[in-house]
Amino acid sequence: MSYLDASNMTGGYGRADILHGCTLTVERGQIAVIVGPNGAGKSTAMKAVFGMLPLRGGSVMLDGTDITAMSPQDRVKKGMGFVPQVNNVFPTMSVEENLEMGAFIRDDDFHDTMEQVYTLFPILKDKRHQNAGELSGGQRQQVAVGRALMTQPKLLMLDEPTAGVSPIVMDELFDRIIEVARTGISILMVEQNARQALEIADRGYVLVQGTNRYTDTGKALLADPEVRRTFLGG
Amino acid sequence: MEVINALVALTNYVIIPATAYGAQLALGALGVTLIYSILRFSNFAHGDTMAFGTAVVILITWGLQAMGITFGPLPTALIALPFGIAVTALMMLGTDRVVYRYYRRIRAQPVVLVMVSVGVMFVMNALTRFLIGVDQINFADGERFIISARTWNQMTGMREPLTLRTTQAITVVTAAITVAALFWFLGRTRTGKSMRAFSDNEDLALLSGIDPDRVVKVTWVLTAALATIAGTLYGLDKSFKAFTYFQIVLPIFASAIVGGIGNPVGAIVGGFIISFSEVGLTYAWKKVAGYLVPAWEPDGLVQLLSTDYKFAVSFVILILVLIFRPTGIFRGKVV
Amino acid sequence: MSPTRQPGDPSPLRAPLFFAILALLILLEGLTTGWNSALGILNMGLISAIMALGINLQWGTAGLFNAGAMGFLALGGLAPVLISMPPTPGAFAAGGMGILTAFVVATIALVLSVVTWRRMPKGRARGLAVTAILLVGFFVYRALFDPAVTAIEAINPSAAGNLGGLGLPTLISWPVGALLAAGAAWLVGKTALGLRSDYLAIATLGIAEIIVAVLKNEQWLDRGVLNVNGIPRPWPVPYEIDLQARPGFAEKAQAWGLDPTLASTLLVKLAFLALFIVVILLLIWASEMALKSPWGRMMHAIRDNETSAAAMGKNITRRHLQIFVLGSAVIGLAGAMMISLDGQMTPSSYNPLRYTFLILVMVVVGGSGSNWGSVLGGVLIWYLWVKAGDWGPEIMQAVMGPLPEGDFKTHMINSAAHMRMLLMGILLLVVLRFSPRGLLPEK
Repeated sequence: MSYLDASNMTGGYGRADILHGCTLTVERGQIAVIVGPNGAGKSTAMKAVFGMLPLRGGSVMLDGTDITAMSPQDRVKKGMGFVPQVNNVFPTMSVEENLEMGAFIRDDDFHDTMEQVYTLFPILKDKRHQNAGELSGGQRQQVAVGRALMTQPKLLMLDEPTAGVSPIVMDELFDRIIEVARTGISILMVEQNARQALEIADRGYVLVQGTNRYTDTGKALLADPEVRRTFLGG
Repeated sequence: MEVINALVALTNYVIIPATAYGAQLALGALGVTLIYSILRFSNFAHGDTMAFGTAVVILITWGLQAMGITFGPLPTALIALPFGIAVTALMMLGTDRVVYRYYRRIRAQPVVLVMVSVGVMFVMNALTRFLIGVDQINFADGERFIISARTWNQMTGMREPLTLRTTQAITVVTAAITVAALFWFLGRTRTGKSMRAFSDNEDLALLSGIDPDRVVKVTWVLTAALATIAGTLYGLDKSFKAFTYFQIVLPIFASAIVGGIGNPVGAIVGGFIISFSEVGLTYAWKKVAGYLVPAWEPDGLVQLLSTDYKFAVSFVILILVLIFRPTGIFRGKVV
Repeated sequence: MSPTRQPGDPSPLRAPLFFAILALLILLEGLTTGWNSALGILNMGLISAIMALGINLQWGTAGLFNAGAMGFLALGGLAPVLISMPPTPGAFAAGGMGILTAFVVATIALVLSVVTWRRMPKGRARGLAVTAILLVGFFVYRALFDPAVTAIEAINPSAAGNLGGLGLPTLISWPVGALLAAGAAWLVGKTALGLRSDYLAIATLGIAEIIVAVLKNEQWLDRGVLNVNGIPRPWPVPYEIDLQARPGFAEKAQAWGLDPTLASTLLVKLAFLALFIVVILLLIWASEMALKSPWGRMMHAIRDNETSAAAMGKNITRRHLQIFVLGSAVIGLAGAMMISLDGQMTPSSYNPLRYTFLILVMVVVGGSGSNWGSVLGGVLIWYLWVKAGDWGPEIMQAVMGPLPEGDFKTHMINSAAHMRMLLMGILLLVVLRFSPRGLLPEK
């Protein structure tokens, strides 16, 4: 059984469903990437996994436990970390305080975790007394990821972490994400930059209209001429 | 010598009163700004909260005095203050439970909450009048002066008087301690940081497992403390009258907006900007001008604005800020 | 108010029922306390209803929070003083020109500073230039203004000491009151609209305090706290003395079984009543027509969904400014009418609880967005406000009856008059919570 097993998810915000039997699985320590055209329900699928969308059908299993009915806060306690696409830091608080707030639900000493985050993102250590709102886009994304890592999640979910950053910063962020995965954390992310994201993906999902169109390893999807033609622009 | 006389007159009539008044406004504005950051609405009931808290403090002060307990040279009200804060905090928590909580649950628009705060304002206003009436009440006891005009004259031999009332010094000292404690709480404690996180980004705070109900409760307790302290200091310095406290919301709102609503440092700076402008513009500069320009004998009072228009000062500053920098000096929130 | 009713389909009998209850209350007041009192409450209630119509236009139609109704009301009340009072002999010659020139200088200085601010490049020079213009302007203004004021206030200070009015018919002053309020509203709205919603509330709170401060302190204008008395009544309202002197009036009154003095006061009140009802019907008709027009439908679209209306290219701030000015004009009209009814201008009687916040209670209780709701709320809340002032001490007297005489008892009975504040606060909170659409919900 996979570490995360979200199967046949069906649901939406209003009367109309956005997801139609969408299935996502992530193995321990692997990177899974969701790509697809605009309005395919990529972010919605991610929110459904995190419990921010009521499901009419399907289930979400984490490490063998059924968490379908749990609130997002409880899922955090169960080992999920979520980095929203926008507004994902506390802008008038320092980098260090952002990380502390990430660890808010922890009662134990979290200084080791903070050191780990600083090792992963050295720039954050230099800027730890600066307000997160004053950092550059790429640095802010690092703060956001660092904040989510403070609960020591087993599964980290990232909603378009490279939206709006330059190609150089994007490559650096992907490198960091690979490093996070190497520490044994499973990663599920939604990406607009499909080609680059699939390159680092152990597993790729191409979503169209709320349902799985193609599912394979990242390399296989990149090699598939049909996928290349339809979704990766040749 | 004339310059020194001018300085003494300036200190006596402008700097000392404006500093005390500014400290009172700053504490009031901090309460408004705190509610604004966490609950996201302008609390029209704040002036009446101040009045209610002060009324409780006065009642306790009278009780203490009746029992023969006083605070030596300091006003007895300072002993009563913690009890007054506790009562006001309970009142605020009760109000939140009965009134405001529902609107948070249904995620009402801020302007609906403003209307709700008008209802609370009526109730608080009635309670205050019920508790203590509508008359002017002077409840400062203890030593009246730290420096009286006579001691000043003996100390320096100067003709130009300078007085420092006990209540003015107490205002500034208490306000400084309160502000320091508040900033320590917001900046250093876990609960305080969680409040700032909630104010910065509510969704992310919820995601991080911060309990919104707890944040809101702590906010009301802090607001009650700030309002009671501000109200008591204002009452000691001037005197207590329920209606004055209702009117003081205008300069308090102006202070919060001028500094940048939602920003605590802004609230303090805003308070002093408003108080110094108000006192400076309504002060009759004849005396100071007479010292500085001996040849000039002004026939008027050289008063830019009659004291009846002191509210106009807050208002004009408010309008200028709204036109030129709606987020305030320290870039507060604009929701 | 029944919480079980599904929102959206109020019974068609609801409005007639509530107005019948209201009529019954007034009738009861007439039979128990007297018709003078009943008509007095009704007349003031109708003026409150007009204020509520103005606030409803802003809050109910556009969601704008006006916390300064008192100011617009007071400014409107200035109109009868300036329009329908006779001019003070010699006042204009003594200082009228001086004051006018002072205002012209002030306006020029303001316009000049705005132009300078817009034309000059950003920098220290611009700030200094604007400050200099404003400072010079201020001192020239004071140099012209102060002696003119002294001259006017020196004229017959015990009875006049002000400019006086134009001596025109009182009815003309009503629309002028509306215009004065509209002008002030335009200035405030221009700066505070388009920003956060509560900035308007705070700015209006401020302008109201300032307008009342001006009325209290500018003796040359309206005698300040000395009050202006004997403001002429509007056509066709007669004077009691004239009525009583009219041949045959006393006989007619006696035929009705009335004392002639009482009959004359009642007739005067009825004349006012008729006049007010005409104004209210005209206002409601105009407002319903406006709201049915494309303009009104757009206002509703904006209130219901600002974002999508903005996306459709509607200039929301401009629409809000229009409706804010219109609503304030209606409040100004009410202010002029109130002064005509009272026959005197007493600036110190303007109290924000009574004239700003109580009006909000009227609108919310009556039903935000509903014109008939505002009329109902206006009269009903005014009735409760007046009566609660009487009932409070009576109830307290009864409750405290068995207690021994003493400080506590006296304090409680004296404080009971404030119970009406409590009543209004609780009423507002209860309606907002359990029946946010009010007694007569908007259709």
